[in-house]
Order: sequence, then C-alpha cells, then structure tokens
Amino acid sequence: MATPEKGGYYLAPPSHWPIVGSVALFCIMFGAAHWLHDVEYGPYLFFAGIGILIFMMFGWFGQVISDNQRGLLDNKQMDHSFRWGMCWFIFSEVMFFGAFFGALFYIRIFSVPWLGGEGPGAITHLLLWPNFESTWPLLNTPDPSKFTGPKSVLDTWGLPALNTLILLTSGATITVAHWAVLKERRIQALVAQGATALLGILFLVMQVHEYTIAYMEKGLTLGSGVFGTTFFMLTGFHGLHVTLGTIMLIVIFVRIYKGHFNKQRHFAFEAVSWYWHFVDVVWLVLFVFVYWF
Amino acid sequence: MSEQNTAAIGTEEDHHHHGPDNGKGLMGYVKRWVFTTNHKDIGTLYLWTSCIMFFIAGTMALLIRTELFQPGERLLDPDFFNQMTTLHGLIMVFGVVMPAFVGLANWQIPLMIGAPDMALPRLNNWSFWILPFAFILLISTLFLPGPAPNFGWTFYAPLSTSYGPPSTDYMIFAIHLLGISSILGAINVIATILNMRAPGMGLMQMPVFIWSWLITAFLLLSIMPVLAGAVTMMLTDRHFGTSFFEAAGGGDPVLFQHVFWFFGHPEVYVLILPAFGVMSEVIPTFSRKPLFGYSFMVWAIISIALLSFIVWAHHMFTVGMPVAAQLFFMYTTMLIAVPTGIKVFNWVSTMYKGALTFETPMLFAVAFVFLFTIGGFSGLMLAITPADYQYQDTYFVVAHFHYVLVPGSIFALITGVYYWLPKWTGRMYSEALGKWHFWLSAISLNITFFPMHFLGLAGMPRRIPDYALQFTDFNVIATLGAFVFGFSQLIFLVNIIWTIRKGKPATGQVWEGAHGLEWQLPSPAPYHSWEKPPNILPHHPRENEPSY
Repeated sequence: MATPEKGGYYLAPPSHWPIVGSVALFCIMFGAAHWLHDVEYGPYLFFAGIGILIFMMFGWFGQVISDNQRGLLDNKQMDHSFRWGMCWFIFSEVMFFGAFFGALFYIRIFSVPWLGGEGPGAITHLLLWPNFESTWPLLNTPDPSKFTGPKSVLDTWGLPALNTLILLTSGATITVAHWAVLKERRIQALVAQGATALLGILFLVMQVHEYTIAYMEKGLTLGSGVFGTTFFMLTGFHGLHVTLGTIMLIVIFVRIYKGHFNKQRHFAFEAVSWYWHFVDVVWLVLFVFVYWF
Repeated sequence: MSEQNTAAIGTEEDHHHHGPDNGKGLMGYVKRWVFTTNHKDIGTLYLWTSCIMFFIAGTMALLIRTELFQPGERLLDPDFFNQMTTLHGLIMVFGVVMPAFVGLANWQIPLMIGAPDMALPRLNNWSFWILPFAFILLISTLFLPGPAPNFGWTFYAPLSTSYGPPSTDYMIFAIHLLGISSILGAINVIATILNMRAPGMGLMQMPVFIWSWLITAFLLLSIMPVLAGAVTMMLTDRHFGTSFFEAAGGGDPVLFQHVFWFFGHPEVYVLILPAFGVMSEVIPTFSRKPLFGYSFMVWAIISIALLSFIVWAHHMFTVGMPVAAQLFFMYTTMLIAVPTGIKVFNWVSTMYKGALTFETPMLFAVAFVFLFTIGGFSGLMLAITPADYQYQDTYFVVAHFHYVLVPGSIFALITGVYYWLPKWTGRMYSEALGKWHFWLSAISLNITFFPMHFLGLAGMPRRIPDYALQFTDFNVIATLGAFVFGFSQLIFLVNIIWTIRKGKPATGQVWEGAHGLEWQLPSPAPYHSWEKPPNILPHHPRENEPSY
C-alpha cells in the first residue's frame, strides 16, 4: 500500500523529520532547565532548540504539502486520519486549559474563602492569618510580606471587552475566508484571511498593552498573589495560543496566495480555522470567569 | 524482534516498501530504526525500551528492598532511599508499563483491525523517539548537583515546590516530554481505530483489545494535558513567583493533589485497561470458547473509564476535605467495583466448561484474574473512607497497588508478549522456560507483596527507610521474594532472545483456539500487515458465534 497510486492509503516512507523534532524538543527542555539554573549555555541551547523546531516544522509540513500536491493523499480515508488527528489534538488542548480553569475555580470557590475562615477553614484562618479577608479579585493576600497584592485589577469593559470584540470579529472573517475557499474566490479568500491574521495581531498588541498597564500601573503581576497567578497564567497561555494561531493564519494566507487550495483540497485551511475557533471559545470562557465575574 | 520478520520478506524485489531499508553498515542500521515509519519497527522499539527501563527500575526496587531487609539505616542514605522510591515509581509507570502497552498497540492494532499500518506513520515515529530523550532528562537528575527528586512519584507540593531539590526542574521537563509523546501516540491510536478498520468491521465487531486501547487513548488525551498543567504550575511556583500551591498568596497545596489525582486516577486505568484487553483475547483462545458477554465487556471498559474521572479524591481522604466530598468520592469509587466485577466474572465464565489448556500465556492470564482480583478487593477496602484513615500511607497501600500493577499490568504485558511473540518473530518461544518464568514469578511476587498487607495493617508507614523491630520478619520475607522475582525476569529476557534466534518456526495460526484477524496472516506477519483489507462478514463472529 506504499504505492503512490491513487486511491490507496499512503504509507509514508522512512522520515528524518521526527528525530529532528525530538532533538529540538530535547534542546528546548534541557536548555530551559539549564537557563533556570543560571548555566551559561542554557538560553543558547533553548533558542537553538526553538530554531531546530521551526526548521523541522518547515521540513515536515513541507513534506506533507508536497505529498499532497503529488496526489498521494487524495484519499477519503487519508483525509479522515488528518481530521481525526486535528480534532483530538484540539481536545487535548481543551483539557490543558481545563487544568488551569479547574485551578481557578478551586481557588475562587474553596481555597480563598477557606483562608478567610469559611467552612472547614475556620481554624486555619485563626491560626495562620486571622486578619485576612476573603475577597475576589484578591487585592490583599493572606501574607502581604510574601506576596504584595495588586492595587486594582483591569476594568472588564475597557480593553478586555474590546479584545472580545476583536476575536469574535476574527471568527467571522475566517468564516468568510472559508466560504471563499469553498467557492474558489481567491481574492476574497486572501482579503478575509488577511483580515483575520491582522485581527489576531491587533489582539496580541492590545494584550501586550494590557500587561504593561497591569505591571506598571496596577501592581498586578505573576507574583501578586493568586489573582495575578491565575490571571497571567490563563491569559498568558491563551495569548501563546493566539500567537501560534496567528502564525498559522499567516502561513495559510501565503498558501492561499500560492494557490494551494481548491474546493476539494483545503484541509490545512480547515484545521487552522478549527484551531482559531478553539482559541476564540477559550477566550470567551476566560472573559467571563477571569475578567467579568 | 522483527529482524526475523524482515529477513523473511526482504528478498521480495519490487518498488513497494515491502521490507525495511536496512542500508549499509552501522549508519544504515541506525537510520533504519531512527527514521522508520513502520508500526512493527516502532512497536519493537517501544517494547525494548520498556524492557530496558524495567530492569533499571527493578534494580531500584531491589535497592529499596535491600535497605528494608533489616531495621536501621543499613545500606542507603535516607535521602537516596527517597530518590529510589521516587524514580522507581516514575520509571515503572511512565517508562515501563505505558510504553510497553503502546508497543503492543503498535504491533497489534493494524494486525487486528485489518489495516496496513497506523494512520499517521511519521507521527508514530515521533511519539516513540521523544521517549529516549525524556528518559535521559529524567535519569540525569541522579547525576546533577544535589539530590534527584526525592518526594515520591506523586511529587506533592510543597515537597516538590518550596522544598524540592534543583533537579526537580529536569523532572518537570521530562514529564512534559513524556506527556507530548503520550498525546501524539494516543492521537494516532484513536485515529487508527476509528478510521482504519477493514470494511465491514463495525465498532461492536472489534476485538476487546482494540476497544480497550480506544478507550485508553481517550483517557490519555484527557489526562496527560492536565498533568502537563500540574507540572507547569509547579514550575511557575518554583521560579516565577506564582502562588498556586502557596497559601500565603491565596493558593493551596491541596490544589496540587486535586490536579495531580485528576490525572492520576484515570492514569491507573491507562495502566490496566489494555491489560483487560489482552486478557479478553488470551482467555477465549485457551478456553476454546468465545468471550463470554462481549458487549458487557465493552460497556464495562467504557463505564470504568468514565467513572475514573469522578473518583480522584479517594487518594486524599486524610487531607481535610468536607465530609460530603469524602462520601461522594467513597461511593463513586465503590461503584467502579461493578464494571470491574463484570469483567472478572466474564473471564471466569469464559473459562467455565471450556476445553482449557495451560500454555504460558494462559498460565499468566489465570494468575492475572486471581491476583488482580486480590488487588481489586484491597482497593475496595481502601475506598471505605473511615477505614482509609487507618490505611492511608501504610504498606497496605503499597501492597494494594503492587497487586494491581505487578500481577495486573506487568503480567498482562508478559501474557501479551508470549501470546503474540510467535506472530511477531515467526518462531515459538520455549515452553519450558516460559513455565519456569511463570511459576517463579507467581510464587515470588506473592512472597514479596502479600506480607505487605500485614505490615500495613500493623501500621508500618510507606516511604520510610527504617522501621520498628516488630516489622522485621515480614520485611525479610518480602525482600527475599523480591530478589527471586527480580532475577526470574531474566528468564523472560533469555526466552525472548532465544526465540528470536533459535525458536522453532511457528504456523500462521499459532494457537489452535485463536480467532482474531492477526492469525489469518502468516507468521511472521508481513512488513505492511494487510496490503489489502481482509473481508469481514457483516456478522463478524464475535458475539453470536456458536461455540467452536
């Protein structure tokens, strides 16, 4: 079945890209650990790893694209494998965010109120920090000498609401791009896809601006107690995913420009759009539970 | 293991990739194994890696048992003892049982569902080749300045955050790599099973081993990202001033346990569901009867998996949760005994009135059913909240999980290897060596782990290198058993190598009573398992089959 004939399931021949990826991951992880321990070559190893990973992605995805253009992947079953793969990858990403949202809910519903003396926390409260009052957002931490609380937090209906609007709009523009790809209208697809990518970049710029305000003006930092912790870890990982998503959007823009997609063959476009919608939905949940309530 | 396999078909000359490209010289050999996209090669790599890690982590276990042979600080520094218990646990879970089952999955899934290979062969290679790097990172902690991780395989905060040694960061990154590997592997397994079945093989016609892996892959995709989240929180607490597990900032060390065990409990089913799958293949073969209650077996696996998401806090009854929560987790945990009981009864009913023979795989399978059930019952005892207050953190817990992991997961792996080895290599293993391996293992593991029940009930705490004098006798017995068990496993290694080199040729059918698709292929199975999908009748003989 390794035959490149049409209709058969394409079995990829031996490939050197996976091992390149493994070396990249190893350099990243080993480099990061060394960096944390102030070993001189830590950061170099880390960035070398990132470089190798980018090289691997160009090579590996390039290979898949060229396989596809040679018609090796024109097979319904093959297509389904890619689709299942992407679906379950996104599912695993959902679970990753689930861990952090779970931590947020536990902190808001249990740990902070208990430290404030509610329910089973009465004794802990009396013994450890009898002056601590449970509030959310947590402006005064139980032990301010260790963790200085923020002066204030961000206003829900300012930047965050604007960012919500930006991401929702980008969800609409990518759908327009999808229609255009299905109808093979290249110019429309390019415009809509370009708009989506620009909205992604705009979102990130706003986010950087918001972080600057948080750090400079509000004293809201990673180390400002558990509000800052959950705020930055959730929005930070989301921002990281938006960054990756935006890079993917730009790659797809280039591929539309090169005419890689047609009515039947545009799985990469759809995979990226699923990913983008996933990032979108995570933001909505984030907006509601981190910024709003 | 697949050298034989390739030798048999490497002579075929055509433009298809019918055999591996062995290239020339050492580089050719290395390239063949490093670049391979073949499910059999990758399965073999997984199995050998797991075999090496088994002996490494086993040596650690013997060091632990040697220290515990007599009371007092005899051999190991207490800190090193803690490092050994930590790494023994981490490596056995992530380095032995998980990769070995993925190895079985890689070999068997395409053979058993009539597919030419896994759905995403290049990704398959990557899933494996991340592992060696992860283990280098994990084991490097032993050689770094300061102690290796010494807080137990569960790496509870604050032992692993505020008080963790510097090497903890290397362990964190190793776990990130292991997680990536598992997620990619699980994506591949799930895509293969959902998409690559031979035409006509519906979900309810799949062998139970395939079902068990479908559900296991789903569990992995649900929990490995959560573990990644847990270790990321640890990392930021250690280095970037966050306070997830720091009460002074409003967090809670108990939160770590919740996140960890949300991963950890489904994880124990990741370690045992494929074992259930292996048993459900092997027992019918040697009973010469179809599996009793196929659809119940499938639904039991599904219910165990779903229940596993709502039982996690039974690992933490003594941390001070509200009583309502403790009761909830007690009842849900006990509920798991129902589907597990269904499985045990159905294996026994499969054997009932069967024409049983006891080749090595069947011996291990029967021992599995019996001994795993002992572990299941001690699990039920631990599930009872008030009783758990007494058992928590004693050797009773150690006895419990070693009974489900050693004669459970490890025996199932051994069963699977003996059962399918003739199909993989085209050669029969030595039945005499197999029987020696079985009897020595089965007896010695009971000598090792059974006394631990008594030690635990009498109050001996786990993870402590020293103990009170009255515990000496049982500890001596356990240590003797452990050494016999450890060295008996060398028989297994010898048997495998002997099979590959000198075993007698095996037939395609191998076992008289075997019925799956894999037995319709010649032994060794061709490099691209099913070039053309086999014909599956609309009513594949699984459930409605008359007795053979």
